[in-house]
Parts: sequence; structure tokens; C-alpha cells
Amino acid sequence: MELLMASGIGVLVGTGVFLLLRPRTFDALLGLTLLSYAVNLFLFSMGRLVAGRAPVVQAGVEGYADPLPQALVLTAIVISFAMTALLAVLALRAHAATGSDDADGGVAPGAAGAADRSAAGAEAGPRRDGPPRGGGEA
Amino acid sequence: MTAGAWLLLLLATPFGAAALLAASGRRLEQLDASARLARVAWFAALATGFAAVALAMLVPAVQGGTVHRLRVDWLPALGVGFGLRMDGLAAVFAGLIVGIGLLIVLYARWYLAPAERTVRFYALLLVFMGAMLGITLADNLILLAVFWELTSLSSFLLIGFWQHRSDARQGALMALTITGAGGLALLGGLLMLGWIAGGFELDTVLASGPAIREHPMYPVCLALVLAGAFTKSAQFPFHFWLPHAMAAPTPVSAYLHSATMVKAGVFLLARLHPALAGSEAWFFAVTGVGAATLLVGAWHAIFQHDLKGLLAYSTISHLGLITMLLGLDSPMASVAAVFHLLNHATFKASLFMAAGIIDHETGTRDMRRINGLARLMPVTAALAIVAAGAMAGVPLLNGFLSKEMFLAETLALDRHQALRFLVPAAATLAAALSVAYSARFVHDVFFNGRPVNLPRAPHEPPRWMRVPVELLVVLCLLVGLLPAWTVAPVLALAAADVVGGALPDYSLAIWHGWNLPLALSAIALAGGTLLYAWLQQGRGLHRTEPPESAGRREFERALTALVRWAARATTALHAGGARRNLLLAVAAAIAAGAVALLLGESPIASTGLDPFEGITAGAAAVWAIGVLAAGAAVVLIRQRLAALLAVGAVGLVVSLAFVWFSAPDLALTQVLVESATVLLMMLALRYLPASAPPEDDDRRVLRDAALGALAGGGTGFVAWAVMVRPFDSIAGYFLERTVTEGGGTNAVNVIIVDFRGLDTFGEMTVLLTAGLIIHQLVVHTALPPVAGPARPPAPVAALERRFPLLFDTVARALLPFALLVSAYFFLRGHNLPGGGFIAGLVTAIALLLQSVAGGHAALWPQRDPEQAFAAKQRVLLTVLGLALLVATLTGLGSWLLGYPFLTSTFGHPVLPVLGELPLASAALFDLGVYLAVVGATVLALASIGRLSRTS
Amino acid sequence: MNHAPIVPIVVPALAAALMLLGRNLPLQRSLGWLSTGLVAASALWMATLADDGWRAVYLAGNWAAPWGIVLVADRLSVLMVAITALLALVALAAAHGDWDARGEHFHPLFQIQLMGLNGAFLTGDVFNLFVFFEVLLIASYGLLVHGDGRDRIAAGVRFVTLNLVGSTLFLFAAGILYGVTGTLNMADLSVRVSTLDDAQSTLVRIGAWLLLAVFCLKAAILPLCFWLPSTYAAAGAPVAALFAVMTKVGVYSIVRVYTMVFGTDAGPLADAAFPWIVVPAAAGYALAMLGALAGGDLRRVTAMLVVASAGFLVIGAALRTEAALAATIYYLPHTTFAAAALFLVADLVGRARGRWGDRLVPGATPARPAVLGLLFLASAAAVAGLPPLGGFIGKAMLLGALLPAGAPAALPGAGWLWAVLLAGGLAALIALARAGIVMFWQGDEVGPGAASARDLLPALLCLGLVAAVAVGAAPLQRYAQAAAADLLQPQPLVDQVLRTVPRPGPHQPEPKSYR
Repeated sequence: MELLMASGIGVLVGTGVFLLLRPRTFDALLGLTLLSYAVNLFLFSMGRLVAGRAPVVQAGVEGYADPLPQALVLTAIVISFAMTALLAVLALRAHAATGSDDADGGVAPGAAGAADRSAAGAEAGPRRDGPPRGGGEA
Repeated sequence: MTAGAWLLLLLATPFGAAALLAASGRRLEQLDASARLARVAWFAALATGFAAVALAMLVPAVQGGTVHRLRVDWLPALGVGFGLRMDGLAAVFAGLIVGIGLLIVLYARWYLAPAERTVRFYALLLVFMGAMLGITLADNLILLAVFWELTSLSSFLLIGFWQHRSDARQGALMALTITGAGGLALLGGLLMLGWIAGGFELDTVLASGPAIREHPMYPVCLALVLAGAFTKSAQFPFHFWLPHAMAAPTPVSAYLHSATMVKAGVFLLARLHPALAGSEAWFFAVTGVGAATLLVGAWHAIFQHDLKGLLAYSTISHLGLITMLLGLDSPMASVAAVFHLLNHATFKASLFMAAGIIDHETGTRDMRRINGLARLMPVTAALAIVAAGAMAGVPLLNGFLSKEMFLAETLALDRHQALRFLVPAAATLAAALSVAYSARFVHDVFFNGRPVNLPRAPHEPPRWMRVPVELLVVLCLLVGLLPAWTVAPVLALAAADVVGGALPDYSLAIWHGWNLPLALSAIALAGGTLLYAWLQQGRGLHRTEPPESAGRREFERALTALVRWAARATTALHAGGARRNLLLAVAAAIAAGAVALLLGESPIASTGLDPFEGITAGAAAVWAIGVLAAGAAVVLIRQRLAALLAVGAVGLVVSLAFVWFSAPDLALTQVLVESATVLLMMLALRYLPASAPPEDDDRRVLRDAALGALAGGGTGFVAWAVMVRPFDSIAGYFLERTVTEGGGTNAVNVIIVDFRGLDTFGEMTVLLTAGLIIHQLVVHTALPPVAGPARPPAPVAALERRFPLLFDTVARALLPFALLVSAYFFLRGHNLPGGGFIAGLVTAIALLLQSVAGGHAALWPQRDPEQAFAAKQRVLLTVLGLALLVATLTGLGSWLLGYPFLTSTFGHPVLPVLGELPLASAALFDLGVYLAVVGATVLALASIGRLSRTS
Repeated sequence: MNHAPIVPIVVPALAAALMLLGRNLPLQRSLGWLSTGLVAASALWMATLADDGWRAVYLAGNWAAPWGIVLVADRLSVLMVAITALLALVALAAAHGDWDARGEHFHPLFQIQLMGLNGAFLTGDVFNLFVFFEVLLIASYGLLVHGDGRDRIAAGVRFVTLNLVGSTLFLFAAGILYGVTGTLNMADLSVRVSTLDDAQSTLVRIGAWLLLAVFCLKAAILPLCFWLPSTYAAAGAPVAALFAVMTKVGVYSIVRVYTMVFGTDAGPLADAAFPWIVVPAAAGYALAMLGALAGGDLRRVTAMLVVASAGFLVIGAALRTEAALAATIYYLPHTTFAAAALFLVADLVGRARGRWGDRLVPGATPARPAVLGLLFLASAAAVAGLPPLGGFIGKAMLLGALLPAGAPAALPGAGWLWAVLLAGGLAALIALARAGIVMFWQGDEVGPGAASARDLLPALLCLGLVAAVAVGAAPLQRYAQAAAADLLQPQPLVDQVLRTVPRPGPHQPEPKSYR
């Protein structure tokens, strides 16, 4: 089984890295998701693979799976969920502001409308936008 | 008052005065300009006078041979202290600084126009004075370097005083760059010196001269120190900054750039003479550079049409002379060096001030136009002529005496046969040149016909503007006529510390009889005059452009080139934006892993384990599905929804793996997180073009594929290598104690909420922070879903159309059930798979389905979606706050019992319905987690969901 | 028992919670001041204790190491927390009044940022370090995009993506370490690492170097430094000022992990990755100085100098001598405060120059140049390492450290490092001088209204800290020296961590320590 697990992790890392390096933020996002699967499996299997011995203690049972990596992975899953969600929303905003979800944040023509609206939104309420700076809020 | 106090006072006075000026700048601005100028000037004069008094209190003892010291520890561990020390040399130099400083202060009061920023000028002048005193009085080499840099800085600001002029700005930057570079070199040199000598105190260093010269690092050390001294004293080839510093107001040129600051380098050479001198390297470097500077400076001086330009180059030349004398490295030469240093300060300062007067009166400094001033301003003329005579080394003036000594020393040089003739010849030539430019100065400015269309009609300056010049010129005469009665004691005082031993016996007489030096002087005088006459008459000096001073253009070219190159390199390096950084990160990781792998032994253990052992058909099938799904995600990446679903499939396979390998908690969490993520991304897809334009170029694809293969292969290999080796971990501990000490049978959950509660504490913080940020990002924004061609293609549209009905019913039905399920998961979490996360995610997803289905009405009765959202966000933010509060307070609760943060306890209360229930205080902490998960997830999704309606 | 070590983590968390419950700016502000002040107080108090050799191991959850998570408050970690807290006070002062009103949740995010930073400095557990990295990162994402605007959002996307890669790497590294050694506690790791066979040590070295890559990414060490300038230049001034300490987290982690776990007595893994990392560090320092020369706008120049300072710090750390490490530790607070000051001053000058902002092109000069000029001069001198400020002392210390006392010749390669460090100083000097000339001397217009005293306060505070580092050079240097000695002799710390016994309780009648 180790072989399957290891090769699976390898495939996920490979595809993840490839997607990560695509020019669109969304693709990078999917790549990062695959990478997080990979790293979760990796971290998990660092406690070695044990089938059918969930670390829920029962009398007279021995040889449980290592609970610690499971706990770590649990933490990792939730964190990567939070990060993925955040990045997705950031990508939305960037796309709205620049009219492209180019990972390098290039500005596509005709994005002005969206950009203005988001900027206007940002300045709602008591907020006035920052001191005049090179580019930026312009 | 003790000597130490006077020392400190002497140094502190200028700084204090400057600070006072700066502080009262606002108030002074109330006064009208001329009154301000007068008041500021008198204040500065007063301060300087006070410094003079302090100095006067110290000198007698110094003459008696004592060395004043003051030591305040600053960084004893590094031997860096705030140490002041006044010996003869320091006293004389301080006298020079304070004395000429006083005259300059008075002079500037008349030179400056009241409208200028006079407060700033005087403040800076005082700061410089203080820094200069610091250099002379510093006992500690590091402290010396401190003041050294400070003089560079204040000189920079003073050169740029007329900031609106571009030549002022350029001159300032050039001066700072050159002297600053020298300063850094000097710092290095002094560090090394202190390291070799075993201390930074002057006494230590001066005492260990031989040790220093023997040391293998001596050449490096010497080179660095000399670099510092030469740049400061404008020695060839660093001399070119000085003429450009002439953009400064004339008082500054007179004070900094002829009398004192440029002398700092020479002073340093004199100061460290006992430690560094006495080696071939020293002799050749210092004498050679000095000689070159002497000649180059003098030659250029002749051809300057700018009055201050001429004086600047002559200053360079005289500095070269002093340097050369110090290089000759004989006691007598050192005496001559100090002597000429003093003389030059007097006559050159007076000449600069005279030049300032002329500039002031005529409105120009071009010697081709200001002619025949002798008739118009006779007194100034007389003064300037005398000073110029001193500069030329005309007998009966102080310049003559020191130049005689100089010539004598060059003749006395007895090392290196080859140099016996060369050095005196060079010296005589230089002397002749100096006569020539002095002659030009006098003849061109005061005679040589009438002025040529001057901007202003010149006449004698205000009485007091001339006084400083008069005083200095009188000094030139006195020293020239009665050296023994005037300068002798001063000279003896200073020279003794340079020689670092008994002074040679020398006579400061005007007349030493008919001897070779006298003859050389005569030759120089005659030759110089002839040379000038020939140039003026025969060669039309006024029509020849001054020769381009070496170094300056090179410097500017170098600097601009450096900056342009830096800019180009930086843009190149920072080009490529985010993708390049990602690429670098991945590549770096691969490289790190690979190198580590190749460096070490092969990590593959010879375990008898068969790689294919235990692989079942089912497992293989699941594996295949996962791999295919991952591949599909890559292939279908342009159809985003499809790719997304493929990734989701991978997620499900992962959770299956967790199930298989006995990690039910992980499996549950994975499934739930999976669905949450997919739903979130579906929402996100509404605002992203649903299909990406094709990939840019194939080389890139290949490269990335290769990187992916490397990374994947490497990781897989490492994973396998680790998994197949025997393992001894701390896991046993948890399994042993999860029940007895953790109060739960589900070790994983106990670890999460108890053994490693701090991790969870941080993790829930991350989650709720993500919720906050997402809320912050969209709360004031309205995003249009992608319109026009980028509209999601049919399948998505179809799905979207089908969403409402489907989900609305499902969601409504699901919600109560879901809440029940989550409660169940939550409660049993400590003993069986479940817990805060899972419960929270279940709840969240139930609510989330609602938001996707647009079924808010069920939960948020407000009609207006904005109201609904407002209400929702209020609640959710409160939930997040509560989550963090509950978790933190639970953790802090243990403080009351005197236990560390997050210590948990448990009991087994019997509840009516649920029966005997193992309840750990950790459950309360878990409640915080639950709330965080619910709050954050729903807030995030609601925020995005809101976009869909506002658009 | 003494709960001081956990205070810098718990107090901000509590403050953030209350801020979320009472969502109005005045309340959030006062809570922010209160919490930050408390953290600073506790940190300074611990620093004074640590100065006398005090060192605390705090068992979170009352579980003995390596099973539970321990916090370690020793000279270095406490110093870092103190730096962070003091800087946070400055940043808070800068944000108070205008900046913090430009978006939701500034103050909660600020507190969470504090919590993350302090946790990263205090924890003694590898995985917990990861968690606190994530905490400080996610908070920094929020602060970076605070105030909104296209540039910030775009910068945010880049910054988040890159750091997610970093986090993934961190997990791989942590996984390998656990998979081979079976533990996560740094002290326990340092014990187990020294007893590995060759094959195992190869695997652990892979983990160690992946970890190093992660830390270098955080510290902005070549070639992982190109993300920083655009990110910091996009952030608002108060945030950029606070970010001055972010790269120091990476530097700290390098110092901590590679002295404690992979230190000199780590058997086959002794000094893994050292000292060759000097090369990229020095190269990065030089390139960053070139970047500063290239100019652009003042914030960008400052960001470049931040990169350079990271290189400087790592050079000191990589040499592994007490003197060099002491130089790094002494230089750390100075460079942090100095960079923050320059960021703040850049913002002030930018406002004073109106539409030209802090771009380095001739345009308007500030209306009242005197005060701003002095501020700029002071902070520039500090950043460029001019005497008598701490930068000068730190540089002198490092240069001196390259000349081992009593040795006839310098360390190998010292010549190069001398050249690089001295030339770098010159580059910074030129870059800042040119910047000053353009902004204060050049230009025909006069900028709009001058900054009020209230606006100047934060920068002044920050410069006050810089001055304090110089004035208190002697005690600080002694502290740094002692901290360096501790780091190079990790055994006592390791023993203390593994020998600390939990407090007996109802469920742990007679708790035992690991050793």
C-alpha cells in the first residue's frame, strides 16, 4: 500500500505544481488545492499506514494508528480551507479591479468600470482614500 | 572646573548652540530678515567665543606637557568609549578651528543676504564646527570615525545650501559620495587598526606602531586608512570634488574647504603618523600621492578663470604639499607639514574671504572680467596681494618659511638614489607653478586694465566684512617677520605629537644664509613669474579653456552608469511578477531537496518489505480514480467548472484514503471541507471568466511540467522512503493517557482540544480571521458577475438554473436535521469521531447550501437582501467574537486554579436524556472551535452570496 | 506560577475577541492600546528578567514536552517579542485616527497579527511554529489589503499565493521531521537528530533544507526575496512599518532552528546548511542595495533596504561565531525600527509633496522642509548605518566579528564580506542622499499644507526607539552577546525543556517529565 500512497502523493504534487504555475489565479488556486491534498496525505502517512485501527481507544485493543499526524492534518485541512477561501475572494476582487485574473495582476482594457466601482465601494462611509501615491488607488 | 569638564564644554558648545538655533527657528522667523541675521550671527559668534574661552582654559596645561583626558564608557565590550583627549596637536588644531570659525561667523554676517535661510546656515556651520572639534579631540578611533562622517554630512548640507542651483546639488552629492566612501573605508581601516593594536584608544594605537607595521594585515589597513584621508583631503585622484564644492557660499568654502575640513585628512595622517608611518608602503603611497596632487592642483589652478576655482585648485595643491611632507617621514618634514598646515589655513582663508568680497562687490568671479580692482577697492586689494604673496611663498611672509622648509626637506631626502633629483625638481616645479597662479590672481584681479562690464559697480565692502581678512593677513605678516616670537611655541606644541618623540632642533629664521633651498625658491619665484607672463601675453590665457580636471567626468559617468545599471538589473530581477516568484520558490525547494538527497547516503532502507504488499484491487481502483481525476483537472483546466469538479473528486478519493487508513475524523472533515470549498468556488466562478484563454507558449508548459514531475517524483520518493522504515514516535503516550488524563477515548480529538490545544487555538484564529478578511473585502464592494462573452457556458448556466429549486428544498429539509447531526457530532467528539470542527462544518454547510440556494428567507426574514445581509453580518461577527472569547476564557480559566493556559479537566455528569456523559472542560474550548467554524464559513459564504444579489 | 510567557499571545487574542463583540472604533482603539501596552510591558519585564539569566519553559495545557506544546521565553525570543510590541505601539499610533477607519476590522486584525508574531517567537514546537506562521500571515493579508485599492488587492493575491506555497513546504518539512524522528518538539528533535543513522539523516536533511527554504522565503533571502518590495510598497504606511518586523520572523526562525536543532552537536546533521548560506545572503544584500540605488519611490527604496538588512542579519547568523551572532542580534532591533521610521517618514513626505507623493522625481518640495528634512535625515542616517546610530555599531560589530580576536588573519572570505558590507553601506548612503536631494531640494513648486505635530508623532516615536538602541548600546550589546552564547550552547535549554515537570492535578497525580 505504501507504494500506492507514495505514488498518489507524487501525482498530486506534480499536477498541483503544474497548475500552480499556470498564468491564471484560478488555476493556481486549484493547483494549491491539489497540493494541500498531497501535503495532507503526506503528513498523514508520516505516521505510517495502519488499516482498520482508528485511534479510538477500546479495552483490549492494541496497535492503533498514530493519532498525532491525524490531529496535525486536521489542523492543516482547516487552515488550508481558510486560506483557499480567502485567496478565492481576493482573486474575485483582483479580477473585478483589473479585469483579468492574470496571476501577475495585469490590467486588461475595459476593466475601468469594475475598478471604479470597487474603489468607490471601498471609499464608502467615513473612509477617504489614502494620501496621493504613485498609482495605487488612482 | 576640571579639565575634563572644559573639554566636554569645548566640544558641546557648538552642538548646543546649533540645537538652540534650530529649536528657536520658529520664533526667529517672527523677526524681520536683517534683524534675524544680526541676532543669529551674534549668537553664533558668542558660542564660538565661549568655545575659544574653554580652549584657552586648557592650553596652558597642555603647553606644560599634560594630556587632558575625559572618558565616558559607551560600549566597553567593544572598547568603544566616548573618550576625549587633548594633546598639543589637538590643541593647536582646535585653536585653528575655533579661531577661523569665529572670523568666518563674523564674515558671513555681512556676506549673507538677510533674506536667505540664515538660521539654517549658522546652525549647520556650528554643527560642522562641533564635528570638526570632535575629530581633533577624539581619543577613540571609532568616535573619530563618528565625527568624521558627521563632517561629511554637514559639508554635504552646506554645499547644497543654495539648493535651487543644480551645480550646488551636484557638488554636494559628489562631495558626499567621495568623502562618504572614504569614510566607510576609514571605518574599516580603523577597525582593523584597533583589532591589530588591541584597542581603539589613541594611546594604545600610537604605542603599538611596530606591532602594526609588522602585522600581515598592515597593507590592507594602511590602504583603507589612506583612502579615508586622501578622499577627505582631496588628494589626487579624488581631488575633483573640491572645485565642485565651490558652489557653496564663500564662507563655507573658506572654512570647510580650505581651512579646516579638508585638513582633517592631513590631520589624520599626522595623528596616526607614529602608528602607521615608517614603512616603504607609507613613504611611496603618501609621498607619491602628495606629489601628484601638488603638481596637478597647481597646474590646474593657473588656468581657472573662476576666482574660487583658482583658489580651490591651489588648496588642493597645498594639501598635496602637506601630504607629501608627511610622507617624507622625517621628523623635520613632519614639523614642516604642521607649519605649512597652519600657514595655509591663514592665508588661504583670507584669500577666500577676499574672493567673497570681490564676488559680493562685482557680482562675478570671472577673472577675465574683474580687472583693475586695485583702483576701485585699494584696501581689499592690498590685503589680498599680501595673502597671495604668502601663497606664492614670497619672502617675509609665512608661506615663504614653510616652503623653504619643504624644499630643504626634499633636498634632505636620502633614501632611494633615483628620487634624490626627482623629488626636489618636482617640488621646485610646483613652487614655480604656485607662484604663477598667485601672480595671475594678483595681476588679473587687481591690475591688467579695467573691469569688463561688471554687473555691479565695485567699491570697498562694509567695514566689518573686511576685519577678518585684515586679522588673518596681519598674522601672515607677523609669522613671516617674527616667526620665533609668534608661531614657534605653537609649532613646537603640535609637532611634538606628530614626531612622537623629541623634536629635531630647527630654527625658524627668515635668513639661513645662501643655501640650496633659497636658490630653489629664487628659481621658483622667477620661473613662476615668467611662466605667467608668457601664458598671459604669449598664449592668451584668457582665451584658453581650463583643462578638464581628471576624475570628475569619470566620476559622473560612473555614478550615472551605476544607477542606470542598477535600475536595469533591478527591473530585470523583479520582472516576471508573481509567477516568477512562485517558480523560484518551487525551484528552490526542489534544489534544496535534491542537494540534500545527493549529499547524503541513500535513504532507502533495506526493509524486506515488498512494495506491492497489501495492494487490493479496490485500493488500486480508488487510486486510479484519484490519479485520473487529478489528470483531468489539468487537462480540463480551461473549462473551469469541470476542472473544479475533478478536483472535488480528488478530494473525495483522499477522504476515502483516510477512511481506509483508520482516520475517520479526517475522512469526515475532508468530505465536509471538500464540499464547502467546491460550493465556495462555484460561487466564485460567477465572477471569474468561466473559461481561460489558451496557455501562452509551449516552452513554458514543458518547463512547468518538468518541474511538476521533479517535485512530484521527489515527494513521492521521500514519502515512500520514510513510510517503509521502522518508526518510534511519541504517539504511544497519547494513546496511553487519552482516557486517563485526557478524559476521552478519541485520541485525535483529545490531542486537538487538549494535548495540542494551542495549535487548535491558533487554527481557529486563522479560520475566523479569514472570515473577517473576506467580509472586509466584499462588504463595501459590488462586483458584476462576468458579463458578455465571458459568461459561464451552458452547463454552468444549466446548473445555476437548477440550483434554486433543488437546493432550496434540500436545504430547508436539511437544516434542522443538520443541526441535530452537528449537535451529535459535537457531543460525542471527545470519544468517537467528531468534535467541534466536524459539527461546525456540518452546520455551516447546511446554512451554506441555503445561501447558494438563495433560501435566506427561511433564516433571515427581512425582505430587503441588504437588510438581511446587515443583520446576518452583525450576528456572525458577534459569533466570531464569542468563539474567540469562549476559547480564550476557557484557556484562561485554568489560571484561576494555578494551571497553565488551556489546561483542561473533565468529569462524568449524568444528564437526564443523554445519560452518563463524559464532559471535559475541553468541550467548552471545542465549543469555541465550533462557533468559529460556523461563523467564519457562513460569514465568508454570505459575503460572497451577497455579491450575487447586489449585482 | 508565572504566566508571563503566554501573555503576549493570549492578551491580543482576548482583545481581538472583545473588539469583535463591541464593534465601534473608539472601543476598539482603546482596547488596542491597552492590549499592545500590556504585551509591551510584559515583554520588557521578561527582558529584564532574561537579562539576569532567567529563562522560562511554559507547558501549554500542562503537558510535559515533547507531548504537549511548550513555549520558551529566553533572551532571544523575549527580545523579539519586545521589539514586536514596541513597533506595534508605533504602528498603532500611526494608524490611529485616519488609517484604522479606512476599512473593517483593522484593530482585530492588528491584534491577531501581534498574537501570531509573538507565538512564532515564543513557541518551542515545530508544528506550532507553523500554526503561528499561518496566524501572522493571514492577519498580514488582511492588513495588507486594508484600505483597499487596486494595487493592494493585486499585491495581496501575489503575496497570498506565494505564502501558500511556503506553508505547503513547511508542512512537507515538518512531516519529514516527524516521520523520521517521531517528534515535533525542538528540544526533543535536537536530541533525536544527533542519534540518526546515515539514511535517516539524509531524509532529515531534506526536511531541514526545505524548512530553510521556507524561512528564507519569509526572511526574503536570495533568490526568494523578489516578492517583498512590491508587497511592502503597496501596503499603507502604518502597515508597512509593522511589516518591518515580518522578515525578522524568518531570520529568527533560521537562528533558532539552526542553532537549537541542527546546531553544532547535531551529529551527522551538525550545522546543516551552514555556513554556505552566507553566499546567498551576501549576494541578496548586494542586489538589494543596487535595488535601493535604482530608486523608484521612497517606499520602494526602503523596502529594498529591508531586504538588504535581512541579508545582513543572516550573514551574521551564518558565521556561527558568538561575536557574529551577537552582531546580528544587536542589529536586529535597530534595523527593524529604522526601516519602520523610514516608511513612516516616506508617507509624511509623500503627503507633503502632494501629487508627486514619494516618487523620486523633481516636483514639489515640502512646505516646511525643516522638520521633515530633519526626520528624513535622521531615519536615512539610521537605515544607511551612519554613526553614531545602532546601524553603525552593528556593522562595526559584524566587521569586527570577521576578524577573530587574537588571530593573525581574518576569517576565510572575510575580505569579500568586508567589501560587500562597506560597499553596501555606501550604496545606501548614495541612494538616500539622491532621494533627499530630489524630494527636498529639487522642484519648482511647494507642496500642500504641512504635517501637523500629531502626524509627526509616530515617526518621532520610532526614531526615539532607534536612538534608544544607540544610547543603550552597552547593555543591549551585553544582552546580545549573552543571547548569542545561549544559542551556541543549546544544551542547557534542551535539558530545561525536557525536564520541566507539569503541575500535579486530579488527572495527573504524579506527572513525570520526559527525562
